[in-house]
Amino acid sequence: MTDPMAHAARLAIPKERDLLAPSNLVIFAGFFALVAWSYVGTDFSLLGLLGGESAAQIWTYVKRLFPPELSRPFLMKTGYWTLETFAISFLGTILAVVIALALVFFSSRNLMFAGILFEMERDRPWHRAIRIGLYLGAKATLNLLRTVPHVVWALILVFAVGLGPFPGMLALGIHTGGVLGRLFGEVVENVEIQPIEALQATGATRLQILLYGVLPQVLPDFVAYTLYRWEVNVREAVILGYVGAGGLGQQIQIAISLFLEHRLLTLILAIYLIVTAVDYLSAYLRNRLV
Amino acid sequence: MRDSPRFAPASLAFPARHSSYFPFVFSALFLLTFVGSYRLAQVEPLLLFEAEGRHNIWKFVTGMFPPDVSWDFLSILGRPILETIQISVMGTVVAIALGFPLGLLATSSLTFKGVLNERELADSRLRAMVRRTSYLAARALLSLFRTIPEFVWAFMFVRAVGLGPFPGVLAIGIAYAGMLGKVYSEILEHVNPAPLEALQGTGASKPAIILYGLMPQALPNVVSYTLYRWECAVRASAILGFVGAGGIGQQLEISMRMFDFSQVLTLVAILFVMVAGVDALSARARRAILGRQRV
Repeated sequence: MTDPMAHAARLAIPKERDLLAPSNLVIFAGFFALVAWSYVGTDFSLLGLLGGESAAQIWTYVKRLFPPELSRPFLMKTGYWTLETFAISFLGTILAVVIALALVFFSSRNLMFAGILFEMERDRPWHRAIRIGLYLGAKATLNLLRTVPHVVWALILVFAVGLGPFPGMLALGIHTGGVLGRLFGEVVENVEIQPIEALQATGATRLQILLYGVLPQVLPDFVAYTLYRWEVNVREAVILGYVGAGGLGQQIQIAISLFLEHRLLTLILAIYLIVTAVDYLSAYLRNRLV
Repeated sequence: MRDSPRFAPASLAFPARHSSYFPFVFSALFLLTFVGSYRLAQVEPLLLFEAEGRHNIWKFVTGMFPPDVSWDFLSILGRPILETIQISVMGTVVAIALGFPLGLLATSSLTFKGVLNERELADSRLRAMVRRTSYLAARALLSLFRTIPEFVWAFMFVRAVGLGPFPGVLAIGIAYAGMLGKVYSEILEHVNPAPLEALQGTGASKPAIILYGLMPQALPNVVSYTLYRWECAVRASAILGFVGAGGIGQQLEISMRMFDFSQVLTLVAILFVMVAGVDALSARARRAILGRQRV
């Protein structure tokens, strides 16, 4: 990354970085201009927020939220929707892992065409071309899955298979599959090279190298990233409900649209519970598994 | 964590005993959860291959091409695009303004633990109590802020203060304050305490210790994480338009509802370019501010 000349220069003159250097001042000025422009553009009103009209409006709304609705039937239903949200996030994450695992090894240059595994293959350009083609294809697929926001995926899938938690779970899995594929890919491309070299020297096949040289190194990181994305996905599952993909999100949309503020508060408390529970569960599993 | 075999001497004799059940219990629970979720989420993979579903997906995909790049459509997008950027910037600023003070309060090494507070709190039970309470309150508030998705915050703020970019800013500001505050407090708790002790030894006041001992150590990570959050804010503010909180999401929702998929493709492409642009910009800012050693 850093070129050696610059490094050497820095060593020679251990000059402190000056915060007020001209280049930094330009950055700060640009930053303040950006903030000022945004302040005006978003109709932001600091006065309104600190004791003015907006503050009063927010306060009125907060007061209307209390007390939460705690009637037994509604609590039962909220429990069901909470489980539904959990199910969407759980299955969505599993689908994402399946998609990511199917594509990640194709999208890693060190397993497809570059580095020591392929040094002997210089003289087979056709193989190399096919491998590079597969690599580019997998990379492009992952980019596509990741770039399209999950809400758009959900709308597409609701259009295809109808309303309900199923399209929500698919949308979550497809989008997260792209995200995990990229995160996994970075892990695979940064594996230690020595074990692979050693395996290759013993005459191991490519598959054996993958199983015994690469997988043991990357699995802990894969698990950690998956658990982290699961935490994110619980929140996202709530969002997907808004476009008709079931769970708590859908009920929140109904409650807000119909001005059922007491129910809204109950649903928000349910979100708080499920998100916190999954955070703890994932932290526990991370400790046990990784 | 507590019952991990490393800390239980008795299990040294039978090192495998405790952990040997775990894989079975784990697998059983996993399967159970899987089956339960499968039924609860009403998964029907066959739906995807039914004639109607296939037909709909096909209609969607063919409808996207060619993307709508007519001037009529592009000319109405200028303002929402700028608005999305503005919401993300202002939202991040609000998040810093809220999250940084709360993050300081939620840092145990600043409020009641460790060398900075030993002398102050040794003689006063009451002060120690107050400090500890404010620490817990700040933590609870931050956790409330970040647990509720920004989407739900936006929905409520639209109801409270009306349509437009302003509720979007508030939603991102609140939700991201929770995340920033938590990460700030983690960064601050893990700084090297030696310089702080040295400063305290010279008789420096607490604000001075924070300014000259804590911040110089923590700043690179703080700036880097804040910039990362800004990138996320751009993505989020593009989605918030769905509930009427301004930005490009509003147009995306309209195009979706009107089944105009060629417009959807244009919007997704614009979103991609925007996010990539912000990623590049924030990478540059990171390098420029932090120097080259930390990228």
